[in-house]
Amino acid sequence: MLDKHQIAKRIARELKDGYYVNLGIGIPTLVANYIPQNINVVLQSENGLLGIGPFPAEGEVDADLINAGKQTITMVDGSSLFSSAESFAMIRGEHVDLTILGAMEVSENGDIANWKIPGKMVKGMGGAMDLVASAKNIIVAMQHVNKEGKSKLLKECTLPITGLHCVKKIVTELAVLDVLPEGGFRLLEVAPGVTVEEVQNATEGKLIVGGEIKTIEV
Amino acid sequence: MINKVINGPDEAVADIFDGATLMLGGFGLCGIPENTIDALLRKGVKRLTCISNNAGVDDFGIGLMLKTRQVVKMISSYVGENQEFERQLLSGELEVELLPQGTLAERIRAGGAGIPAFFTPAGVGTEVAEGKEIREFNGKKYLLESWLKADFSIVKAWKGDTAGNLIYKGTARNFNPMMATAGKITIAEVEELVPAGELDPNMIHTPGIFVQRIFQGSHYEKRIEQRTTKS
Repeated sequence: MLDKHQIAKRIARELKDGYYVNLGIGIPTLVANYIPQNINVVLQSENGLLGIGPFPAEGEVDADLINAGKQTITMVDGSSLFSSAESFAMIRGEHVDLTILGAMEVSENGDIANWKIPGKMVKGMGGAMDLVASAKNIIVAMQHVNKEGKSKLLKECTLPITGLHCVKKIVTELAVLDVLPEGGFRLLEVAPGVTVEEVQNATEGKLIVGGEIKTIEV
Repeated sequence: MINKVINGPDEAVADIFDGATLMLGGFGLCGIPENTIDALLRKGVKRLTCISNNAGVDDFGIGLMLKTRQVVKMISSYVGENQEFERQLLSGELEVELLPQGTLAERIRAGGAGIPAFFTPAGVGTEVAEGKEIREFNGKKYLLESWLKADFSIVKAWKGDTAGNLIYKGTARNFNPMMATAGKITIAEVEELVPAGELDPNMIHTPGIFVQRIFQGSHYEKRIEQRTTKS
């Protein structure tokens, strides 16, 4: 099984030179630590920054410079700052190449739920609905099963939807899967020590197994 | 040049009335109008509708006005990190309209720009779309969202001049520029207020026409929600 850092590291391999990327809160934020040295990507923060840099040194903390998770950050050379309206023009206008975000549930046709648990948790959707409605490519970092062992890769989402037919790829602690346009989770890779059968048991939605299944390099 | 300068936050909020709709700039606690929020607490104005991306935290920002029950409705995109807010919401004491962040930003921009409505893909197929017109363009579904305006917009900038021109710093810009355009009265508090002519016109983010009142704030706390540093 992969830990959250290994999930982030695996997702980082999907980045391509020249990409503008929006990273969601949680595991997606960790992807920034594993960007391959030989490529250039620019990280977009929807609160108004292109070019997120590393966390600041203790003496360089600036309250006026945060990411969408409200963490203090720095800017890389060539950064730009803008308003929230311009930020979402970039997002809705499909200028962002890749969005990486977390999810509570994903359905076999690519629907995603990640903003609300009725009666329990009401935090709001933030920028997630705008991102999933317009992203050219969406990769989800998530746990395959919940704390009770129930699958989060479902036939249909049970929680309130964030967006329809949008997720393209999923990386979990167990596996890497593509969400096929015609529906279904296509198994591509399994985590070291994890069997196809275990992935099958953890997947409520339609799992498609065929061809070579690689082991995720960690 | 027209002079927009007023004495301070208490003068800025003097005519804000019970039941008013306010826009308040900021993302989290970054770029929030700290001085004017304090003045609203002192004034004790009630039954406010607040349009703001977030609702502050329990003991800072708009969170302080929730504690004093001055707010009856929030229009926001993300309200985590605030237990009192969540309590009032789940108990039904507070009315909340949650919107996708880009939709919120664009509705405010539209309000200031005289665009009554627009179509956006965000929220199609979700609760957000309930009761809203859906239309297809080039085979993709979009939903109709309308403009947002406020009786008073309250923004925070880094520098400003006596003519009301504003410059923001870092990611403290966020919702402030659009909100400045969408208030009947826009109040700007700035860290540094200079005479007209001292700011480079090439660098102005918000032109003075959008700002009716400006003052230099003081004692900025600039609280940080997630202080993260290099390990």
